[in-house]
Amino acid sequence: MVASTAIAVPPLGEYPQPRARFRWREPSVLPGFGLTLGFTLTYLSLIVLLPLAALVLKSLELSWDQMWEAATSARALAAYRLSFGAALLAGIVNLFFGVLVAWVLVRYHFPFKRLIDGLVDLPFALPTAVAGIALATLYAPNGWVGSLLDPLGIKVAYTPSGVVIALIFIGLPFVVRTVQPVLQDLNKDVEEAAASLGAGRWQTFRRIIFPSIMPAALTGFALAFARALGEYGSVIFIAGNLPMKSEIAPLLIIIKLEQYDYAGAATIGVTMLIVSFLLLLPINILQRWTRQRAGEN
Amino acid sequence: MVIEVNQITKRFDAFTALKGLSLQVRPGELVALLGPSGSGKTTLLRIIAGLEFADEGRILFDGADAGERHVGERRVGFVFQHYALFRHMTVLENVAFGLRVVPRERRLSNHDIEKRVHTLLSLVQLDQLSGRYPSQLSGGQRQRVALARALAIEPRVLLLDEPFGALDAKVRKELRRWLRRLHDEMGLTSIFVTHDQEEALELADRVVVMNHGAIEQVGTPEEVYNSPATPFVYEFLGNVNRLDCKIKDGAVGLWGSKIKAETQDGRPVPSGEVAGYAYVRPHDIEFVEGGHALAEPAIVRHVAAAGPTARIELALEGHSNLIEAELPRQRYLELGLKSGQSVMIAARAARVFPATFDGN
Repeated sequence: MVASTAIAVPPLGEYPQPRARFRWREPSVLPGFGLTLGFTLTYLSLIVLLPLAALVLKSLELSWDQMWEAATSARALAAYRLSFGAALLAGIVNLFFGVLVAWVLVRYHFPFKRLIDGLVDLPFALPTAVAGIALATLYAPNGWVGSLLDPLGIKVAYTPSGVVIALIFIGLPFVVRTVQPVLQDLNKDVEEAAASLGAGRWQTFRRIIFPSIMPAALTGFALAFARALGEYGSVIFIAGNLPMKSEIAPLLIIIKLEQYDYAGAATIGVTMLIVSFLLLLPINILQRWTRQRAGEN
Repeated sequence: MVIEVNQITKRFDAFTALKGLSLQVRPGELVALLGPSGSGKTTLLRIIAGLEFADEGRILFDGADAGERHVGERRVGFVFQHYALFRHMTVLENVAFGLRVVPRERRLSNHDIEKRVHTLLSLVQLDQLSGRYPSQLSGGQRQRVALARALAIEPRVLLLDEPFGALDAKVRKELRRWLRRLHDEMGLTSIFVTHDQEEALELADRVVVMNHGAIEQVGTPEEVYNSPATPFVYEFLGNVNRLDCKIKDGAVGLWGSKIKAETQDGRPVPSGEVAGYAYVRPHDIEFVEGGHALAEPAIVRHVAAAGPTARIELALEGHSNLIEAELPRQRYLELGLKSGQSVMIAARAARVFPATFDGN
């Protein structure tokens, strides 16, 4: 369970502080500011920055022309398109259904609710390869689900649709787990106030509840999207991995590695890193904006 | 508007919150529901509002059954204990909410909505803060925004749940007076819930004293304070001394005078000898000069003389508890009471209830 809540109710009668100008050191009763900041920076450098720097360095072994060619070959472009497109699509699907699942889990009481609540986390725990194989078996033309879809002319396994299905699966918990605590903390009296003022259920949801859970839902969406971008294990079993068709960028990197083209692999990696950053940045800005609109700070 | 509450019963699982309760509120009245926590006062308010539904009984608004109507259709202004403001909306949008959710064909134009909101905000003296968010307001300001928001839909009834509970004493006093004025000027019918007796007695036209899901007494503040109908009301409103006594043939000899016992529901007092309680308000205790026949000897144990009234603790023979008396400062100085002094006391007024009818 996600313990922190995105929305904190300010104590009654307390005036919010005017926004402080930047100060290097926040006054706090807890000692150890220097120590903790130092540890955080060192830790992040070792765990995140150093590998990323190594990645960039490796790609720099190539000349600019070679790099450009490796990054923008037709096969690589097709792989980016699939990776980003499928991740985005899966993220959007998870955004809607994640909010729905969170809503049902928070608002309704039904038998085996706790069990179902636990099921949500399963995609986190399951080895991705197992998930991939299971999904591929189900959606293959002779699988349980695939055999039903096959007569309709719908092919899921070994096509880009299969990639989206796998990414939806692994991204499901993110939105549910970010929205759930916010919904739980939503005061009932706010909804009652809306109802007493004449708002219908849909108006109450759209004008009152939705703005409150939007920041958390966006956070969940960003997490699911980011996770889907890097997903490898579950996808390769269901994707079919046809170059130009159903080959995701992470797989292309593996293929390059197997061909001992380390710099080429690093180049694709760096390209994905940059595009991901460019996509996550506006999502974060949007999230900040909705959070402010939700009455925080 | 006339609000009639008719034999309302409400249960939560095994707990019965309201036990066949009836009440009538007259148009233009400001009524307080007063009682300890768990007495069912908030539940009653929420049932009147339509936020909760009764298991039995009916609610009538001007004679028409409101029971089936949804809270949004009842046109009640409800002010929540913790304000329940919409945090992602400015003060202006909070107040405008009730006007904006009206179906399109009946909705005012944006211009008219804003005009109305500004009128309301000036009424609650917050027009200059219309662009702020609730988190940027003080508790008293939030409460006034909540009130303006409730008034925006032109409610027929204003219902307030512990409206001043979360505010500090000074703000509370100000808002109380201001609410009274607002109620009178707008010609509203209002009901508010409180556990603060001072608030109920000062603000309300009539006070409904509740206990254990039932009404103990309904009356003007003067009535409920000066002539409590039941032992519960005696103990809940103001200070009172409770003395154990024996009722013999429907009467008690207390400090030389004979007082008739009464029951809270008008049933006859059991004959023979039964245990009872005598209630005497501290300010109804008189200090009489020695040798008076209708008096009881007592010993002064403690004197607290700060302020306009002096509080004197007295020990009575045969009673383990100390009793409390209150004297105007002037009278206290005349008597020159001191700790340890022997005095004679009498009761100006007292009432006796049989112990079996004790509301607790």
